[in-house]
Amino acid sequence: MTASTLQAILPAIILVISAMAVVAVDLITHRRARDVVLAGVAVVGLLLAAVAAFTLVGTTPQSVLDMLVVDGFSTFLMVTVLIGMVLVVIYSIDYIKLVGEHRSEYYAFLLAVALAITIAVSANDLLMVYLAMEFVSITSYVLVGFLRGDKRSNEAAIKYFLYGAVASAVMLYGISMLFGVTGTTNLNAVAQALAGETLAGGMRWLAFSSVVLLIVGFGFKTSLVPFHQWAPDTYEGAPTPITGFLSTASKAAGFALMVRVFIVALPSFAVDWLTVLAGVSMITMTLGNLVALRQTNIKRLLAYSSIAQAGYILMGLVCIPQAQFGLRPLQDFAFNGINGILIYLFAYVFTNLGAFAVVIAIENQTGKVDVKDYAGLIYRSPWLASLLLIFLLSLTGIPPTLGFWGKYFVFGAAVQVQFFALLIVALINSAIAAGYYLNIVRYMFLMPAEDEERIKIAPSLGIVLGVTFVAVLGLGILPGQLIQWASESAQFLVQF
Amino acid sequence: MASFNEMILSLVVFIPLLAAVVLLFFPRENERLIKLWSIAISIIPLVLTIYLMVNYYASHIPNGGGMQYEVKLSWIPQLNSYFHLGADGLSVPLLFLTALLSTLGLYYSSFTIKKRVKEFFFLFLLLEMGMMGVFVALDFVLFYVFWEIGLVPMYFLIGIWGQPKDRPRYAAIKFFIYTLVGSVAMMLAILAVYFQTKTFDMQEVAALQPFAGNLPVASLVFWGFMLAFMIKVPSFPFHTWLPDAHTAAPTAGSVILAGVLLKLGAYGIIRIVLPTFPEAFSQWSMAIVILGVIGIVYGAFVCIAQSDLKRLIAYSSVSHMGYVMLGLGAAAAGIGRMTEPGMTDSMAMAINGATLQMFNHGLITGGLFFLVGVLYERAHTRDLGMFGGLSAKIPAYYGIMMVVAFASLGLPGLAGFWAEFFTFRGAFDIVAVWAAIGVIGIVATAGYILYRIIQSVFLGEYDPHKIDHWTDMKDGQDKHDPSDMAGFEKLTMVPLVILIIILGVFPTPLVEFFNQAAETIINAL
Repeated sequence: MTASTLQAILPAIILVISAMAVVAVDLITHRRARDVVLAGVAVVGLLLAAVAAFTLVGTTPQSVLDMLVVDGFSTFLMVTVLIGMVLVVIYSIDYIKLVGEHRSEYYAFLLAVALAITIAVSANDLLMVYLAMEFVSITSYVLVGFLRGDKRSNEAAIKYFLYGAVASAVMLYGISMLFGVTGTTNLNAVAQALAGETLAGGMRWLAFSSVVLLIVGFGFKTSLVPFHQWAPDTYEGAPTPITGFLSTASKAAGFALMVRVFIVALPSFAVDWLTVLAGVSMITMTLGNLVALRQTNIKRLLAYSSIAQAGYILMGLVCIPQAQFGLRPLQDFAFNGINGILIYLFAYVFTNLGAFAVVIAIENQTGKVDVKDYAGLIYRSPWLASLLLIFLLSLTGIPPTLGFWGKYFVFGAAVQVQFFALLIVALINSAIAAGYYLNIVRYMFLMPAEDEERIKIAPSLGIVLGVTFVAVLGLGILPGQLIQWASESAQFLVQF
Repeated sequence: MASFNEMILSLVVFIPLLAAVVLLFFPRENERLIKLWSIAISIIPLVLTIYLMVNYYASHIPNGGGMQYEVKLSWIPQLNSYFHLGADGLSVPLLFLTALLSTLGLYYSSFTIKKRVKEFFFLFLLLEMGMMGVFVALDFVLFYVFWEIGLVPMYFLIGIWGQPKDRPRYAAIKFFIYTLVGSVAMMLAILAVYFQTKTFDMQEVAALQPFAGNLPVASLVFWGFMLAFMIKVPSFPFHTWLPDAHTAAPTAGSVILAGVLLKLGAYGIIRIVLPTFPEAFSQWSMAIVILGVIGIVYGAFVCIAQSDLKRLIAYSSVSHMGYVMLGLGAAAAGIGRMTEPGMTDSMAMAINGATLQMFNHGLITGGLFFLVGVLYERAHTRDLGMFGGLSAKIPAYYGIMMVVAFASLGLPGLAGFWAEFFTFRGAFDIVAVWAAIGVIGIVATAGYILYRIIQSVFLGEYDPHKIDHWTDMKDGQDKHDPSDMAGFEKLTMVPLVILIIILGVFPTPLVEFFNQAAETIINAL
C-alpha cells in the first residue's frame, strides 16, 4: 500500500475517524450543547472528506487492492454526495421530530452511510459492489426507522428493509451467475472474460438473466419502476431529513454502481441491458409522473417525482452505449450520456435538498406536510415560497436553473443517438411533471393562506437554503465549470 | 471599456432585471415608491430603444443594415455557447414595441393594480427582460434561456391578478404547459442542430445550412422549432390556450401577451426557421399557409360569436396572427420558385406584411386590451349585451376606440391596413387560392368590429337600467352614469393612437426597417 493509495482512500479514512469521534464526543460533552457540537463534528468530518476527495480530482485513476477504483467518475460523485451529506447533517439540527432523540447514533450513522457511498462510487469488484450496496442499505434502514416512537417511521423502515433484502438477494444471485461463468469478480476481468465469449447458443441465456437480476438490485436502490413500491411509504414515514438523503445521495450511489457495472463489466451484454433499461426508463418516468399528479402529501409527491427523475437520469445510461460500442470513440461526444448523468445528479442533489429544507422548515413550525398546507405560503414566508419556487422550476427543468442543464445533457445524449421514442416519451413527461410541480406553486402563490402565522426559518435551515440557492441559480447561470468537470470525469470511466 | 454601441443591447435587456432586483429591497407597504421606481426605470430602455431606432435608421439602413450593436462574450465555453447579442432591422422595431408597451403597461397598472403591488411590478420587469432578451439573442442557448424566463412571470401575472370568474389559475397553467411542450421540442431541435453544426451561433448555423439535402431529418428538426413557435404565435390548431390566457390576465398582462409575447413566436420563425431550414420550410410551406388561412377565417368567425368583449379581442389575435403565418408561409412557398420574375419581390412583400402585422398588431391589440380594461374598470362586466349607446356618454373613449378598432379592421389610413395590404400583395402572387380564401377573414373582421364592438357598445339607445353602478376612475366613486376616460387612461392611449395614425399615413420608415431585414434573409437563401 503506497502513499498515493492512502491518499485515494483518505476520504473514507476521515469518515471512519469522524464517525468514531462523534460517538466519543457524545460521552464528554455537556448535555445542552451536545446536539450542535455533535453536528459540528459530523460537518467538519464530512467537509474534510469532501476536501480530500476534491484533491483527487484530476489525478490519474488508481486501483486500491483491486477492489476500488478512484477515478474522475468516483471523485465527482464523492464530492457531490459528501457536500450533500453536509447539508443533510445541517438541516437535521433543528428538525423538530429529532429533538430529544439520541443524536450521536444519528450522526454516526449519517457518517457511516457517507462512508458507504464513497465506497460504492468507486467499487470495481462485484463483491465490493454488493457489500457497498448492503452497507448503504443497512445504514439507511436504521436512519429511516430512527424515530422509534413513530409508527410511520417504523413501518417505513420495515418496508424498506423487506424490499431491500429481497432485492439484494436477487442481485446476489445475478452476481453469482456472472462469477460462475467468468471465475472472477473484478469488473475489468469480467469484461475480458466475457469479451472472448461468443454469446451464441448456450451462453445467451446468461446475458439476459444476469442483466435482469442485477437491474433488480440497482433498480431498488435508484427506485426504478417496477422496484419502486417501497419509495412512497418510506419517503413519507422517514424523518424528513432522511427522506432528503434517500432521494439524493442514496440514489446517486445506486446510479454510480449501476453505471460502472454495466459499462465496465458488461459491455458485451450491452444489447440486453440497453433494451431493458430503455423500457424501464420510459415506464419509470411515465408512471412516476402520472402517480405524482394525484399526491396530496408533499413527501409522497416528492417521492414520486424522484421516481420520475430517476427515469430521466437513466436516459443518460441508455443513450451512451451506441457511442461506446461501435460508432465512434466516446471522447468525441460532448453529450456522452455519462456526463449527463453526473450533471443531472449534481443538480438533483442540490435542488432536492433545497426543496426538502423548505419542507422541513414548514414541518418544524406547523407539523404539516400536505400540499394544501402550503396554501398562501407567500404571505407566511416570502423567502420560503420563492426558494421553493426556484427549486421546483429546477426540477421542472426551466432555465436558468441547474436542473435545466441536467435535462439538457441527458436529452442531448438521446438526441445525439437519435433515440426518438425515448425523446417523445420524455417530452410528454416534461409537460406532465410541470403539472404537479406547478400545482404546489399554485397553492403557494395563488391561494389564500388559511393560517396567517409567519413561518420562521431556523439558522441551520438558512445555511442549507443559502447554499442550495446559490448552487441552483448561480451554477444555473454560469454552468461552464461544472460541465467541464463532469465531462472530464466521465472520460475516466471508459479509459479504465 | 466597451463602446456605448456594444453595451446598449445589454443595457436594454438587463436594466429591467436590475430594476426588478432592486425593487425586492423596497418596503412592501411603500407602493408609491415601488410604482414610481418601476415606471421611471422602464423609461430608460424605452429611451435607449428610441435611440436604437433613430441610430439604426440614420446610420445603418443607408449602408445595407445588417446585424449591428453586436456583443459576443464567452459564456459557456465548454458548450461553445456565447453571450452573443445583436439587433437588425427586424429586432430594433420590436425592441421599441416591447419597451413602449412595457412602460405603458406599468404606468396603467400603477393606477389599477390594488393587491400585491410589489410582486406585480417585480414580475412585470422580469418579463420585460425576458422579452427583450429573445429579440436580441444570437446564440441558441441564450435565446432559449430568455425564451423560458418570460414563462414564469406571465404564469403569475395571469394566475394572481386575473379576474376570479375567468378561471385565472386554469388559464395560467394551460398557458404554461402549452408553452413548455413547445419549448422542450425546441430544445431538442436546438440540440439536433448543434450535433450537426457544432455551434450554437444562429448566424453561423444559418450559413452552414444544417441537414440540407436530408429532408426527413430536416423536417423533424423544422417541426421541433415550429411547434414551439406556432404554439406561441399561436397558430391554429395550437391556439386554444390564448382565449383563456388573454381573457383571464389583468389588463397590462393581456397587453403584453398580445402585444409582445405572440410576436416572439413569429420572430423565431423569421430569425431562425426561415434562414436555417429554407428547404424544409419550403417543403412544408403549404401546411403553414393553410393553417394561417384557417386561423384568419376561423378566428374572425369565432369573434362574431363572442359575447365577452375581452374574449372577442383575444380571438381577434388568433385571426390577426393568421396573417403573419400566411405571409411567412407564402414567402417560404416562394423559395422553390425564386427564378420566376418578380418572385423575390413578392416574397419580400409577404415577409414585410408579416413583420408589419407583428408590429402593428402589437400597437392595435395592445391598445384594444387597454380599452377593454378601461371599460371593465367602470362597468365590472364585459358582456356585450350589457352595453349600448355609450357613444354619447363617453365620447373620448368612443373616439379612441373608433381609431383603434378601425385600425384593427384594416381601414386605409391607419396602421393595420399596410400589414394586410403587404401580406396579401405578396401572398396573391405565390399562393393565390389560399390568399383569396383568406380575404373572407377580412370581411368577417369588418363584421365583428362594426357589428359586435362598435354597434353593440356605442350605438343604439343607452339603457340606464342595464348597469347600475359605474365606477368613476377619477375619484373611485360609484355613479349611475358612466364617466369618460380619466387622465391616466388617455395618457396611456395617446402614444398608441399617435403611432397608429402616423404609421397609417406614413409607413415608409418602418417598412424600410423590415424590408431590409427581409431582403437580407431572401438574398441569403
